[in-house]
Amino acid sequence: MTTTLITGARLLGEDVADVLVEDGRIAAIGATATAARHDVVVPADGLVMLPGLVDLHTHLREPGREDAETIWSGTRAAALGGFTCVHAMANTNPVQDTAGVVEQVWRLGRDAGWVDVHPVGAVTVGLAGTQLAELGAMAASAARVRIFSDDGKCVHDPVVMRRALEYAKAFDGVIAQHSQEPGLTASSQMHEGIVSAELGLTGWPAVAEEAIIARDVLLAGHVGSRLHVLHLSTAGSVDIVRWAKARGIDVTAEATPHHLFLTDELVRGYDPVFKVNPPLRTAADVEAVRAGLADGTIDTVGTDHAPHPREDKDCEWAAAAFGMTGLETALSVVQAAMVDTGRMTWADVARVMSFTPAAIGRVADQGRPIEVGEPANLTLVDPAARRVVTAQDQATASLNTPFGGMELPGRVVATFLHGRATVLEGRLVEHEGARR
Amino acid sequence: MRHLLSTGDLSREQAVTILDTAAAMAATQAREIKKLPTLRGRTVVNLFFEDSTRTRISFETAAKRLSADVINFSAKGSSVSKGESLKDTAQTLQAMGADAVVIRHHASGAPHRLAASRWTDGAVVNAGDGTHQHPTQALLDAYTLRRHLIGLHGGADPTGRDLDGLRVAIVGDVLHSRVARSNVQLLHTLGAQVTLVAPPTLLPVGVESWTADVSYHLDEVLAQGPDAVMMLRVQRERMGGGGFFPSPWEYTRGYGLDARRLAQLPEHTIVMHPGPMNRGLEISADAADSPRSVVVEQVANGVAVRMAVLYLVLSGQDQTAGDLVAGQIGAHA
Repeated sequence: MTTTLITGARLLGEDVADVLVEDGRIAAIGATATAARHDVVVPADGLVMLPGLVDLHTHLREPGREDAETIWSGTRAAALGGFTCVHAMANTNPVQDTAGVVEQVWRLGRDAGWVDVHPVGAVTVGLAGTQLAELGAMAASAARVRIFSDDGKCVHDPVVMRRALEYAKAFDGVIAQHSQEPGLTASSQMHEGIVSAELGLTGWPAVAEEAIIARDVLLAGHVGSRLHVLHLSTAGSVDIVRWAKARGIDVTAEATPHHLFLTDELVRGYDPVFKVNPPLRTAADVEAVRAGLADGTIDTVGTDHAPHPREDKDCEWAAAAFGMTGLETALSVVQAAMVDTGRMTWADVARVMSFTPAAIGRVADQGRPIEVGEPANLTLVDPAARRVVTAQDQATASLNTPFGGMELPGRVVATFLHGRATVLEGRLVEHEGARR
Repeated sequence: MRHLLSTGDLSREQAVTILDTAAAMAATQAREIKKLPTLRGRTVVNLFFEDSTRTRISFETAAKRLSADVINFSAKGSSVSKGESLKDTAQTLQAMGADAVVIRHHASGAPHRLAASRWTDGAVVNAGDGTHQHPTQALLDAYTLRRHLIGLHGGADPTGRDLDGLRVAIVGDVLHSRVARSNVQLLHTLGAQVTLVAPPTLLPVGVESWTADVSYHLDEVLAQGPDAVMMLRVQRERMGGGGFFPSPWEYTRGYGLDARRLAQLPEHTIVMHPGPMNRGLEISADAADSPRSVVVEQVANGVAVRMAVLYLVLSGQDQTAGDLVAGQIGAHA
């Protein structure tokens, strides 16, 4: 296998050291690496080396909605975004609620070979919220599922949620909840507040998220289970999770790039590219989510990459689908919101976008420290670069990025998956043996 | 004025221009031959995705009085009910050469999408979108208020005047009302003081940011002697599942305009309603049919206001009423 020497990068944004990659692992760091025999040099002066990014929240849409995204196109987008591992959400068609479907997704991910694809299993059959899916079978399958979620829908029946939390303990699983009280959000279109009042769009109140998170942390505490809160979006949610952690409850929480960066003011133009669930909140919520991410209340950044075909966004607001793409902009948005504002270091970015998500997903060979002997899942980012996002230029098969036309900092220069470059000089590296 | 999407987009000057233009239009409607040649050769499409016979007829009458060709496109029995998108419908109308599209849509913001997209080059006039805006209704309400209440004690011509100092109570289902949203913005722009009166469940979260006072108590507001009381339609279906109020009788007791409340009002106070009325719910027959009621006149004023709006968006400029009377309308009439 090719031996690669990466020279001059700042590891986690700190000290400069050369890194030698051999046989899919980090073989040497520092002077021994510099002196070692190698086949290829990747000059990385001025770049930051991060562990390959791990997303716990990706909608790859295959099987079922290949018009929006396929595992092939979505994982190429992921590699370009600096990811080496994504978790494919369960709301496909058929739903990922059996061992057969999760194994299909896992296998298609391996065949494509752009990132490691770990399927998320549905909590309930057909995401219907009533009967537990065969969590044990999915956990025991080749896909080794550890994260279970009905994402897109809330497991809102308290008894079903309690049973899921309890049952997943048998195989060290975690329930990742889409926190949305359905009765309080019937036909909701955007955050309920000053802007919705003026625009005449049905409101999605913060309390509908906070009420479920409050219930779920209490349930998780009661039965001693792990809970992961997806796409936390409100100031009140941050407070509840902070309180739960102080009580010793085993809860982790995720924020999305868009909830760290965009507000409901953007809805004023009625452009459905800003329609997402949970909705864009107020500037005060964005500030609270940033503070929560900085102080560790929020553990991870997950993209909630949600591609949709053009016709589902090229229409009036109420008719449009919820969701935004995010794999190719996530790191830049986190840099803009957290690093360039001085609230987080690159080591913190590695924690929230790689180390912690891998730990929550129980992925042993991802999110590892940059040390000799560890798997060579690595990302090189140029923090000094600036770029204007263009939807048409992205690798995702869909155009619904909310960042189109915006200038963002940072650019992923290279991504290494188990020692093999999937991205070099900001471009995908096609590889033999890849199967669509 | 390229489009008319929201009263929030109108400056005081633009709003007064529309009212003055409407007055000039209304003056022509007293003539034996009501039809003006102003928009001859122009095509106005009434694109109605929601049933609204009254508003459609009002726009149709307005366009025809200006000699425009009118195409009525209603969602019922059309390709829209077969799943055609707003985009395709708009592009079809564009291909047919629509100069203006008057759109009524159940989705808030649909007219904005139409105006912001490249689906049509035509001027877009919002004839009511979801629970967002109904700007021509607010303009006809403002026109009616001005006609009755400005220059009241001297019989002065209200041309050029706004609604400075008028006190208007808007009563009822504010939450679901595009009429209320449009009126709050427009009446404030024109200098009136608006008080919204509703049970708390029928006010939106965020209403505190609006340019209006809010009260839960109709009798207290009426005791302050408002110049106008505008009653909003309350839909009976709002009481179903997770009802907004316990019963129609409780609503009527708290917020209905009946003979007793009518008798408390100052002599000059007018009673308004955008129609269609639910007699016996938000307004009693005594109130609806009283001499103070200007409900029927609102309908007539709607035609003049819509003539003014169509004229202004299709002439592509903000002309003053003076220009109009002396110029285009007068010259052709």
